[in-house]
Amino acid sequence: MRLLTHNMLSSNIKGVTNGFPLRIEVQKVIEKPVDFNPDFLRHMFPMIDWNALVEASRTMGYPDLPDSADAAMLDSDDFLQRFHHSLLELHLEEGALLCPETGRRFPVTKGIPNMLLHEDEVEVSGARAPGKLSGIALFVLSLLPLHFFSHLQ
Amino acid sequence: MSRPEVQAPPEIFYNDEEARKYTSSSRIIQIQAKLSERALELLALPDDGVPRLLLDIGCGSGLSGETLSENGHQWIGLDISQSMLSVALEREAEGDLILGDMGQGLGFRPGVIDGAISISAVQWLCNADKSSHEPRLRLKAFFGSLYRCLARGARAVFQVYPESVAQRELILSFAMRAGFAGGVVVDFPHRIPCAHLWSTVLTTATPKAIGADEESCSEDETSEDEENETVCISDRHRPRKKQKITKKGKGREWVLRKKEQMRKRGNVVPPNTKYTARKRKARF
Repeated sequence: MRLLTHNMLSSNIKGVTNGFPLRIEVQKVIEKPVDFNPDFLRHMFPMIDWNALVEASRTMGYPDLPDSADAAMLDSDDFLQRFHHSLLELHLEEGALLCPETGRRFPVTKGIPNMLLHEDEVEVSGARAPGKLSGIALFVLSLLPLHFFSHLQ
Repeated sequence: MSRPEVQAPPEIFYNDEEARKYTSSSRIIQIQAKLSERALELLALPDDGVPRLLLDIGCGSGLSGETLSENGHQWIGLDISQSMLSVALEREAEGDLILGDMGQGLGFRPGVIDGAISISAVQWLCNADKSSHEPRLRLKAFFGSLYRCLARGARAVFQVYPESVAQRELILSFAMRAGFAGGVVVDFPHRIPCAHLWSTVLTTATPKAIGADEESCSEDETSEDEENETVCISDRHRPRKKQKITKKGKGREWVLRKKEQMRKRGNVVPPNTKYTARKRKARF
């Protein structure tokens, strides 16, 4: 998994309000060369959360990114090369992603993060949505005795 | 052969054996490439040579991703079957792979994806494979989270083999509810009786707030309509509630006239009093 994907992923466990950025637990990092394409980097730059990228890149053992970046730096070839390397060439091969809020561990094996949630972690689970329904049920129950009385009279 | 969806849940149906079979069939590879080519065409990405970040939902063994890579795009693939993803690794898919369930919602940051394609995957959502599965809720979670993570004006193209018209409408209605606008493109209408019908739900994420954006997208739609053989467009706009013609409503004279009419017909009508058609207090 590349840091590009890491920068887009967030934890969608039920009840988590800010599941970004996922913390990285590194066991093995590999590097795969990718064709350098400055157009793609310029296109992606506004969508990247820079702090998360710098943090993740350090965890993966590549500390050469500047702490802050702005669009003006995209003209520098040196900066683009570093950005390219950290964004597309570093792969987390073995390790885990951790939800920043709950600490839930998403294991990464052979570069594939397992983002499957348990049933009780799913935001919209199979259980019927509470709230409205229970209100209606209560209302109906309170009406029932009245009905019975009116029939008896 | 019956449809795979009715045989077993996707993570079980696409086991090691089936995944290998799927990817070693040259016919399937050819069809997948063709479908992805068409999906990419319908995505209508700007033709400026800049690679985009795309999402491949239900990427399987990365057959559709290959087409995306060939066109120079970066992609992230999501699939629920571990075996299929293992095959994708063997085939050295260039995109990143994620093991995940689209029915649980996609965990992506809002507004970061430039487009999404999904080849023969969304119909799996219509099955309840576990007792906790509710197809409607899973469709809602899927389309809702997808809409959130797409950038403004981005498109999502779903190629589905719907079981029936009802299923197609179900999928479509949830896409509309999530905020997508768009329609269905049926590419081979003459093949409807056989099982190979494929229809593409083309949806465009048009943020409601921008009127101009919406117009430009609907123009896109019409231009595509002419190319395709059968197209039905479902609009997201619901008819507005008809407004009352007069603000005041019907006055005392109208009520008295109606009561008189009823009396003439011999109905029992309460007498006219000072309370008849009395106005309510403003505070009510």
